[in-house]
Amino acid sequence: MLKNDDISVVMAGEAGQGVETASDIMVKVFKMAGYNVFSCKEYMSRVRGGVNSSTIRISSGAISAYVDKIDFLVMLSPNLTGHLEKRITEETFILYDEAFKNLSLDKFKTFGMPLTSKAVEVGGKIFSNVISAGIIFGIFDIAMNLIEEFIRKSFSDKTEDIILKNIQAVQSGYEIGKYFINNNCLSVNVQQDELVADKTLVSANEAVTLGCIAGGCDFIATYPMSPSTAVFTYLAEKSDEFNIIVEQAEDEIAAMNMGLGAWFSGSRAMVSTAGGGFALMIEGISLSGMIESPMVIHLAQRPGPATGLPTRTEQGDLNLALYSGHGEFPRIILTPGTPEDAFYLSQNAFNLADKFQVPIFILTDQYGLESYSLCKPFDVNKTEIQDFIVKTDRNYERYKLTEDGVSPRGIPDFGEGLVKVDSDEHDEDSHITEDLDLRVKMVDKRLKKFDLIKKEIYEPVLFGNASCKTLLIGWGSTCDGIKEALCHLNNPDIAFLYFKQVYPLSEKTLAYLEKAKNTICIENNATGQFAKLIRHETGFNIHHKILKYNGLPFSVEELVSKISDLT
Amino acid sequence: MDYDKKDIDIAWCPGCGDFAILKTLKDSLTELNILPENLVITSGIGQAAKTPHYLNCNFFNGLHGRALPPATAIKVCNPELNVMVVSGDGDVYGEGGNHFIHAIRRNPNVTVIVCNNMVYGLTKGQASPTSRKDYKTPVQIHGAANEPFNPLAIAIAQDASFVARAFCGDAPQTKEIFKKAITHKGFALVDVFQPCVTFNKVNTYPWFKQNTYYLEDFYVPNDRVKAFERAIETEKLPLGVFYVNSDKVTFEETEANAEKTKLNVFERRQNRKEKLENIIENLK
Repeated sequence: MLKNDDISVVMAGEAGQGVETASDIMVKVFKMAGYNVFSCKEYMSRVRGGVNSSTIRISSGAISAYVDKIDFLVMLSPNLTGHLEKRITEETFILYDEAFKNLSLDKFKTFGMPLTSKAVEVGGKIFSNVISAGIIFGIFDIAMNLIEEFIRKSFSDKTEDIILKNIQAVQSGYEIGKYFINNNCLSVNVQQDELVADKTLVSANEAVTLGCIAGGCDFIATYPMSPSTAVFTYLAEKSDEFNIIVEQAEDEIAAMNMGLGAWFSGSRAMVSTAGGGFALMIEGISLSGMIESPMVIHLAQRPGPATGLPTRTEQGDLNLALYSGHGEFPRIILTPGTPEDAFYLSQNAFNLADKFQVPIFILTDQYGLESYSLCKPFDVNKTEIQDFIVKTDRNYERYKLTEDGVSPRGIPDFGEGLVKVDSDEHDEDSHITEDLDLRVKMVDKRLKKFDLIKKEIYEPVLFGNASCKTLLIGWGSTCDGIKEALCHLNNPDIAFLYFKQVYPLSEKTLAYLEKAKNTICIENNATGQFAKLIRHETGFNIHHKILKYNGLPFSVEELVSKISDLT
Repeated sequence: MDYDKKDIDIAWCPGCGDFAILKTLKDSLTELNILPENLVITSGIGQAAKTPHYLNCNFFNGLHGRALPPATAIKVCNPELNVMVVSGDGDVYGEGGNHFIHAIRRNPNVTVIVCNNMVYGLTKGQASPTSRKDYKTPVQIHGAANEPFNPLAIAIAQDASFVARAFCGDAPQTKEIFKKAITHKGFALVDVFQPCVTFNKVNTYPWFKQNTYYLEDFYVPNDRVKAFERAIETEKLPLGVFYVNSDKVTFEETEANAEKTKLNVFERRQNRKEKLENIIENLK
């Protein structure tokens, strides 16, 4: 199905062997050389040992999804995991270190290479990864001066000795790669694409972080937890440049309550966490609902329950985000599926939270966050920080009953009024009340904001024909995989409806569903949480579900095959 | 400047020590010329945590045990504000125990007044973290078995920058302690003994009078080890300022080193577009 103008390279090795570094070098160099490129990774929850792998796709056309097929498997260690072994076919070229003994892959195309000995020549075993990247560059005949330029740029904070050793490592790999080509062992036929030069190579981790900065985030309190930590780290890295207050809290409870305190005093705060950490923040979500505080929650999903599979992917926390917090109050859940959406939605999340004074979720997952793909550069000028804070007067009351339910939000020390918030049911001046008629008014006031929120929904996006027979439904990180599968299926009767906001659900949803004869919801979880949400909101029963919950993302091939089975 | 709130329905029992703490607090703030608009009080849940409702000020009456995290954030986001926590022993030492420890480590310039009545009032009389051993309640029917939480010793062990204990029955002395705590730069803890007239029939006004004494006039609160020794006395419980360390850098000062908190919250997020464009350009 996938042709040799679309190559998939997998590098596998132990944690600590530099698989990720080599993968980073490869995607960036291929991008510089003008190739369409994509990478994603799967790894174990350990700092040393085990088997981790990165998949790097280099293609003539635009691609941004995970595939099962492996054209080149580069093995830095002799071990493989079961799930990696399953992806090997007779077509796979396996490049392994000839220093390994007893490699039990005899039935496949294997090539022993002097990885360790070359690495030692350069300066140590640690260079095996860079040598391997060099082999791939040799196979693709990438200009050596381009690679050198890249290494000099990205290692600019290292010593000249280290830079030279890395260049030497690439070169010695490069010669091996060239040898394969010159001796007609293999060939690749990937064309460069002139559109690549103007694109940005970016991960959703970077996109979410940059979006939050563009949205005016100036405070983050968080407790580290995979796969949410990279956003925290990247924001910390940029914190001095953008005057962002960064605090590592003692626990997620403190993080969330600090975030609410920050909003109270006029900052734009966020937390970044995963399901288990978010579980501790949930009382704070409810508080945000009651005190009508804006709050931005980056919730990065990984498989649960409990500790689950800490480093792997799943879309299992939609229900958690949807139902978190005791009591009834409005919320917004955004589910960006591409780096572009991750940037623009994260940016606007701060405006929406501030405008409606509600908690808003940016729901992502490990696969989406850690994949690198090419996209149009984010246009900061298309974004705007909308401030909704008012200067208070002497008679200011924080919870003034208004027509639309939104009470103007003041902050302490800005104007003459006093700003008060209370977790108890309260009167307009935020004092504890047991006036049950007022209670009803306050509940109605808070829930009324739903009507306003619904006016500013990100509508689902349809790919394909509106009058299709089969409608595929997806949300979040499955977007690009489903889109690519749709291309391969090449069937005008199949279309795909992508949801970048799942709650409140677009009121146009039902019309899309009712038009199709066959509906298939595709989710990276075991129970079809979004299909259930759709039924709950629209009464519509989705006909079929394609679900995956082994900790890995959907591959394009399995989507094509499963969709074909159901159409 | 008027901290008094008129026509309010106060939920405390007649004779509750919280009335005395409220009055002393208002007097202290008035004498220090702190404007209500410039003051934020955060609190958690419990009878003492209702305090901010009963005086004119900005307040954040949040969740049980969570008075300190918002106070820390409010202070660092706007260091111009006077930020105080007023809450109870169950709230700060029990449900919020972890935040108590870590707030001391951060050392925000926040005054923390803990109304300590050694019992849970709002939930009707169960043991609190500071209940003394053998104290009987409807739940601890054989008497409280756990070692009482010693907030002063813990704070001193962690080198908290200001540690004091007061007794609400002595308003003049309590006011002096409050004023010192409020004007101190850094995390300031005042544990205030306060009788619960409804649920604690052991630790009453007379009991506190008999079982407390003031640290001597010659006591200088600058020696951490000596302060610790005084904090773990059990026969009679000392009152006064136990420990002061004025050399500590505050949480908001560490952020200010990076120029962040010197800007107001609106300025802080301006002029980002150009820098962002550069970052995005470099991703190409």
